[in-house]
Amino acid sequence: MKDIVDVLIIGAGAAGAAMAWSLAETKMRIVCLEQGGWTNPAAYPTTGRDWEARVHGDFHASPNVRGRPEDYPVSEANSPIKVVNFNGVGGSTILYAAHFPRLQPSDFRVRSLDGVAEDWPIDYATLAPWFAENDRMMGVSGLRGDPASPPSDPTMPPLPLGRSGARLGAAMNRLGWHWWPSDTTVATTDYEGRGRCINLGLCVSGCAQGAKSSTDISYWPVARRAGVEVRTHCRVREITTNAQGMASGVVYYDAEGIERFQAAEVVVVACNGVGTPRLLLNSASGRFANGLANSSGQVGRNLMFHPCANVYGYVDAVLDANRAPPLCLWSKEFYETDASRGFLRGYMMQFIRGTGPVSEAIQMEAKGLLPWGAAHHEEFRRRNGHRIGLNALCEDLPEAHNRVTLDDVLKDSHGIPAPRIDYTISANSQRMMDHAVARARDVLGEAGATDICVNAPFTYGGWHLLGTARMGNDPEQSVVNSWGRCHDVKNLFIVDGSIFVTAGGCNPTSTIQALALYIADQMKQRLSTLFD
Amino acid sequence: MTLSSTQLQTLRLVAGLMVPASSGYGVPGADDPAIVADMEATLGRDAAAVAAALDALSLRAGGVFAALNPEARMDVALALRAEGGAAMATLARVVLQCYYRDARVVRSLGIEAGAPFPRGHVLEQGDWSLLEEVKGRAPGWRAPS
Repeated sequence: MKDIVDVLIIGAGAAGAAMAWSLAETKMRIVCLEQGGWTNPAAYPTTGRDWEARVHGDFHASPNVRGRPEDYPVSEANSPIKVVNFNGVGGSTILYAAHFPRLQPSDFRVRSLDGVAEDWPIDYATLAPWFAENDRMMGVSGLRGDPASPPSDPTMPPLPLGRSGARLGAAMNRLGWHWWPSDTTVATTDYEGRGRCINLGLCVSGCAQGAKSSTDISYWPVARRAGVEVRTHCRVREITTNAQGMASGVVYYDAEGIERFQAAEVVVVACNGVGTPRLLLNSASGRFANGLANSSGQVGRNLMFHPCANVYGYVDAVLDANRAPPLCLWSKEFYETDASRGFLRGYMMQFIRGTGPVSEAIQMEAKGLLPWGAAHHEEFRRRNGHRIGLNALCEDLPEAHNRVTLDDVLKDSHGIPAPRIDYTISANSQRMMDHAVARARDVLGEAGATDICVNAPFTYGGWHLLGTARMGNDPEQSVVNSWGRCHDVKNLFIVDGSIFVTAGGCNPTSTIQALALYIADQMKQRLSTLFD
Repeated sequence: MTLSSTQLQTLRLVAGLMVPASSGYGVPGADDPAIVADMEATLGRDAAAVAAALDALSLRAGGVFAALNPEARMDVALALRAEGGAAMATLARVVLQCYYRDARVVRSLGIEAGAPFPRGHVLEQGDWSLLEEVKGRAPGWRAPS
């Protein structure tokens, strides 16, 4: 007798976890296959004296550098922006900075408002209840009343401004700019079994305190108590289909490397904007010769990052440095389109407090600011703890030539073809990034910073992997419909950032998870007609 | 992979060139035995690149880096540093990451040594009155009809 599960979810990250939790109430048999394992918070870098060094090793954001057994390589020589992610239960929420803005209402109507790209088949209002539900599940700290954002109701008070935030806020007031304390999934009070933030400072390498909400400690414990099974160290090679063109299950390698087949009534893909097209393309068959769910030819196309302008400088006072979560404020001053700026769409500025001494020294060395010899100490001490900076996340627009394909040579440890990235920064994105750098100089200068350093694009800034299996009403131009079901395969769903139609100009995790909850709700409402 | 005795000697010398001891700040140099031992013990995945950089220093020095006088060593090291490359960058990172986690050095910076967890830090609230100016702004987001 075949062991058939009702719902098979591939990927235990931000979206897969939200989907599993939402569907658990149906009492269906749900299994999630995750290529990585559970992370142990006691082993996160901040528990050791080498906490800064590990960012360059086993906690590097790039899978190519990190090179853990569960990581798959990415062929990315033809991209100025490198993919960063984390493979394990929790996915990239293990390493994300916990910055938690939502896409804006205008982000869903890009064609209508600005005459470029496409409108989404859904709107902000459709997702609004799921944003709120996700905020409750993840736990969001923030402050109501941001005049540049739709109303929301954060579940906890905001992070303190600190010295860095206050200095930046005062500078933006003098410039007449918008700013606001960031929404973040760092808990400022004890929340649902998680301890409050104690300012370990290195949120981007996992939170040993558990104050940062990653889905391994938010969604998954609840989903597992409700009966969802998570199988770790199980890497899916391909999604199989039957004679009717429906997904029949997946072939995967288990923790011992043994090839297995898992049959399923419904398959949900939640592998991010690179992993998902990779899997669909690796699932090509006689019936789906160009890859599964790819009759449109859109699988892998329209890859959008957020080209990031990372800009920082040094002030004449000691600021927060690494002694707090790195992100403190956002500014949406340049988020909405203003054609007079010379580009369409916009960017969010997210302001960064500082770094620890090792990171400061290494980055000074990389920028040629660190003398060798007798002058070393004075120069280092003049700058250490004095850093202030920002990242501007620029909205990429979808372009067919920016894409994920399969590499002809590179394979992962199971012999599965690796993804290849071909990506160029568009003229619009470049003008936007140039504008962001100029405005960053303005605000940092106003805050008293000198010796401004620029990384634009920030090379290891491929945090946000979007658009490669986009949502739409037209099967010839999109991969999934308005509720996440593949046009071509009626029991195959996609719930991660690959279904984004446009990217917005901000961190996408909140929107990815709201989409997953919305799609799960659509599935629950349509259970009797799900495959019609 | 472990470093040879010649490579270790070069590592100690170049580390001392990069970050010399300072009586003024009361800190050891990066060639301090405990700091060099930390480098050696934690090289891990960086070992090959560091070894390559150390060998390149010796090659540029005409065979033995230690055979040069201190001024000539610095000239060679700065020349290779200026040429860039992953190996020299890795060597510099290894030296700096071990130096700036040494308890004596960290304390001299006014920072508590050791792991951040579970001690953590205290973050001051800052001046929230600054936000009053922003609260009065008109809505800044577009609401499509």
